[in-house]
Amino acid sequence: MGSTMANKVLASHAGLAKVSPGDIVVTEVDSVVMSDTAFYLAADRLPSDIEKVAHPERVSILLDHGVPAPAIDTAHSHKRAREHAKRLGLRLLADVGRHGIEHQVVLERALGLPGQLLACNDTHTTGAGVLNCAARGIGLADVVYLACTGKTWYRASPAIKFVLQGRLPSGTSAKDLFLHLSRRFGSQQGHDVEYHGPGLSTLGIDERSTLAIMSTELDANFVMMPADEVLLDYLAGITGEPFTPVEPDPDAEYAAVYEVELGEVQPFVALPHRINGNVVPLHELEGQHVAVDQCFIGSCSNGKLSDLRDAAAVLAGQRVADGVRLLVTPASQAIYLEALRAGYIETLTEAGAVVTPATCGACAGGHSGVVGPGEVCITSSTRNFKGRMGSAEAEIYMASSAVVAASAVLGHIGGPLAVAGVGVA
Amino acid sequence: MIPDDAVNTDAIMPRAGFSLPREQQRKLVLASLRPGWSEQVQEGDVLVAGNSFGIGSSRPAVTVLQALGLRAIVAESFGEVFLRNSVSYAMPVLECPGVLATVDEGEMVEVDMGAATVRNLTRGCELSGQPLPEMLIDVIKRGGLYAMLREQGYMASVVRA
Repeated sequence: MGSTMANKVLASHAGLAKVSPGDIVVTEVDSVVMSDTAFYLAADRLPSDIEKVAHPERVSILLDHGVPAPAIDTAHSHKRAREHAKRLGLRLLADVGRHGIEHQVVLERALGLPGQLLACNDTHTTGAGVLNCAARGIGLADVVYLACTGKTWYRASPAIKFVLQGRLPSGTSAKDLFLHLSRRFGSQQGHDVEYHGPGLSTLGIDERSTLAIMSTELDANFVMMPADEVLLDYLAGITGEPFTPVEPDPDAEYAAVYEVELGEVQPFVALPHRINGNVVPLHELEGQHVAVDQCFIGSCSNGKLSDLRDAAAVLAGQRVADGVRLLVTPASQAIYLEALRAGYIETLTEAGAVVTPATCGACAGGHSGVVGPGEVCITSSTRNFKGRMGSAEAEIYMASSAVVAASAVLGHIGGPLAVAGVGVA
Repeated sequence: MIPDDAVNTDAIMPRAGFSLPREQQRKLVLASLRPGWSEQVQEGDVLVAGNSFGIGSSRPAVTVLQALGLRAIVAESFGEVFLRNSVSYAMPVLECPGVLATVDEGEMVEVDMGAATVRNLTRGCELSGQPLPEMLIDVIKRGGLYAMLREQGYMASVVRA
């Protein structure tokens, strides 16, 4: 039987003819990405300095988790990151002001290309699968070892194939598609995931990126998408580097193949503390008047230009409800600038939202919008685990950016259709 | 024992503890799931865990479990990055389907990484798990990746001023 996409990439980077599920392989990696979290001075982070790296031209440092530095230890990690980038002659340092969440910067600067292998010390690294690039998070010590020696290891997985058909209904987004997949298929622990089918070509790069990043929350290992026309057009605009796309063998073996009708997707909400096995249609919650304290639009998955656009469409001429705070964090400074030019930031700010600089920020509960005990938050970010966004006594709901924006206006969880004036000609 | 399924690394190593001294961070380990549990762990204990232990964020959650004195973790299965981190930071880990039915809280167990077995000394029975490849057992034996990088001259033994 033939190989799946990620296993073909693993084989080509391990110098092997074929890699099968369960094999442990040692590979070279084309692009190594480190975030500021790698440079904390602590026994479990980077306890002493890196002296040499095998391939400096493959290693990038992208500051994102704590930007601008909210604490002294973060400022120190940034200082160490700059020192390492300069001394070791690394490929790129995306410093404060030219920064963004790493998975967004990888996309904007094509730090991973079709057929390549990319590794980073953050689990949402699967986002680079949009680029037909095999990518997944590895541990921090793993990424340091990889940067130094040029090599790391992977355990190859069997893959699940999702075949997308049709088109997303208006009023739904890639976040709802992810929540639909979680609700219908649940955890894909131990598996890679591939997305195929004519429905994929109806999704733009932003939407694919949301889907690829959120697939980590299906517990997927590698997440792969084909190098179709949408991707090749996108890449033509940002890079002249040569690449060789990967596609699955015609007789590739999958652990399961699932047909997904995009037309069946509706607005969904994940209830507090976990996603898989915990997703309900929005309309089931709407009658319950779940009051919210904080509404957050942001993160690598949903701080896209399309998220800010959706939020601005809901908030135009509206006001964030009294007693509710709406925080909006673009995934990169490039998105911030585009949103500024498009007028979204003006609309959001007029409505009473706080727009922050690009950072992981509130998504990981580090800064820029931590939730307190007993508070209820609705977020379009990546995780709703207990304590994820601050207090372990807070409740976190997850939905699309449009639903988060509508909930901010309503003061309770609800969709754009419940906001007066929206959708009325 | 933490028999729960899909325990995530935010629960094992909460963000709130990142900058705290080890002693205070210790109190937060799994506190949202099992208040007071971390105080009961003793040096040399073996953690027996459920399915998909350590899913979620790639943070080095295994290191706070090491700091509690745990010397091995045997789980029904592990989150992929948690498993990697365990090898990288030299924590012996064994995937052992059926372990929850073979060991109870407080029983004496012996873990043999080479043979990939868990022996319940209290009951006198043994269970086989999924062996880690020799290459990864070697990383654990050598004290983890940072120890290897220092040995090989890639990493300094001190921090630059």
